[in-house]
Amino acid sequence: MTDDHQLRVSKIQNGTVIDHVAAGQALNVLAILGIDGTSGEAVSVGMNVPSDRLGRKDIVKVEGRELSQSEVDVISLIAPAASINIVRDYDVIEKNRVVRPDVVTGIISCPNRNCITNADEPITSRFTVLSDGVRCDYCESIVREDEVAANLDVN
Amino acid sequence: MRQDHLISAAHLSREDIEAVLDRAAEIDDDTAAFRQRHAGKVLGLCFFEPSTRTRMSFDTAMKRLGGQTVDMGPVESSSVKKGETLADTVRVVEGYADALVLRHPSEGAATMAAEFVDVPLVNAGDGAGQHPSQTLLDLYTIRENAGLDDLTIGIMGDLKYGRTVHSLAEALTNFDASQHFISPESLRLPRNVRYDLHASGAQVKEHTELDEVLPELDVLYVTRIQRERFPDENEYRKVAGQYQIDAETLKAASDDLTVMHPLPRVDEISPDIDDTDHATYFEQAHNGIPVRMALLDILLSQADD
Ligand SMILES: [Zn+2]
Repeated sequence: MTDDHQLRVSKIQNGTVIDHVAAGQALNVLAILGIDGTSGEAVSVGMNVPSDRLGRKDIVKVEGRELSQSEVDVISLIAPAASINIVRDYDVIEKNRVVRPDVVTGIISCPNRNCITNADEPITSRFTVLSDGVRCDYCESIVREDEVAANLDVN
Repeated sequence: MRQDHLISAAHLSREDIEAVLDRAAEIDDDTAAFRQRHAGKVLGLCFFEPSTRTRMSFDTAMKRLGGQTVDMGPVESSSVKKGETLADTVRVVEGYADALVLRHPSEGAATMAAEFVDVPLVNAGDGAGQHPSQTLLDLYTIRENAGLDDLTIGIMGDLKYGRTVHSLAEALTNFDASQHFISPESLRLPRNVRYDLHASGAQVKEHTELDEVLPELDVLYVTRIQRERFPDENEYRKVAGQYQIDAETLKAASDDLTVMHPLPRVDEISPDIDDTDHATYFEQAHNGIPVRMALLDILLSQADD
């Protein structure tokens, strides 16, 4: 099985492996990272790969890229079990579990169309993280965990 | 109050509420004593949505404290029409005034505006969000008529978009109140308000029929179901009729029931209730002046310290 796995999700030389992503969330992880294939990064994605810990998991490998803290924060909201592995010269030199932050700024759009953050004002969206979702600091709307991905502010 | 602004009832503690209501009672007893209290101070009225009554009520309250008001006028004739942001407008008006009152059609507008100004800011209604100064006068009226502890209150009508309802429900979690929400399924309380009520451990029940709870109630707070919320006129008629009350309806209620409404009403409370002891909505509207005087007095005095 390991060989089979290797075939589908090849090793990277330098970059980041986001492992133990909840099954079905890999494309949302790419969306959070702003990766749509147009800017030339080498990316491998495994979906619904067997996992001891999660049953099924997704895995995302991005060549030549390390993640910002705000990207990791949002990944933690849709994939709370994810681990972030930093690879240099084919070796994992750092491995961290994601930690849910208290607040996320600028990455999620408020789904309330009438929220002031969706008007043309000089402010950034800001959400407080709840146990099972996030809440807009402005209009107080709650976005449940399973709705976060649909409201990512990625262009 | 510990905070500089009044944005959401969710930020109000029991102590904050009691401080305002006690001050309002003092003002009610001896309005003359407050006549020069804030002479020389200016209140900026920023109404991005028409609301003659709320605006007049803040205007009157400030003048009865000896202060003055500046009004940005109707949105149609202001720089907002030219595309100025809310953030810029409030920063400009802040230069003219010692405190601001903001009414705006977008939820979260007051929270945002408060980030751009240093003077106290009062949220006088943000879209379907909050309307906390209305809540303070509602609480004052409830305290006078039924008391705020050991209270059973029914809140009926458009609970989804009714900002006065959202603020009132959250403020009541500070008291020993059991809250019954009566509305059509499609106009139930929004998710965030239900979340706050649940998180505060409030005693809350939801109903679709008033007669399930009417006999138990000390207070019935009625709001208007707006026609424009319904895509279909027939749907509206079917629903709205169920949530109208008249003297006949109230035969099943306690003699001490207090009926409230933030006004204006359309047809949800029949005029045949006006002459009964239940009717408290006009008294409620009058309470807006002492309560808003108390609120402005506290915020302006605090800003002086
Ligand atoms: Zn919002």
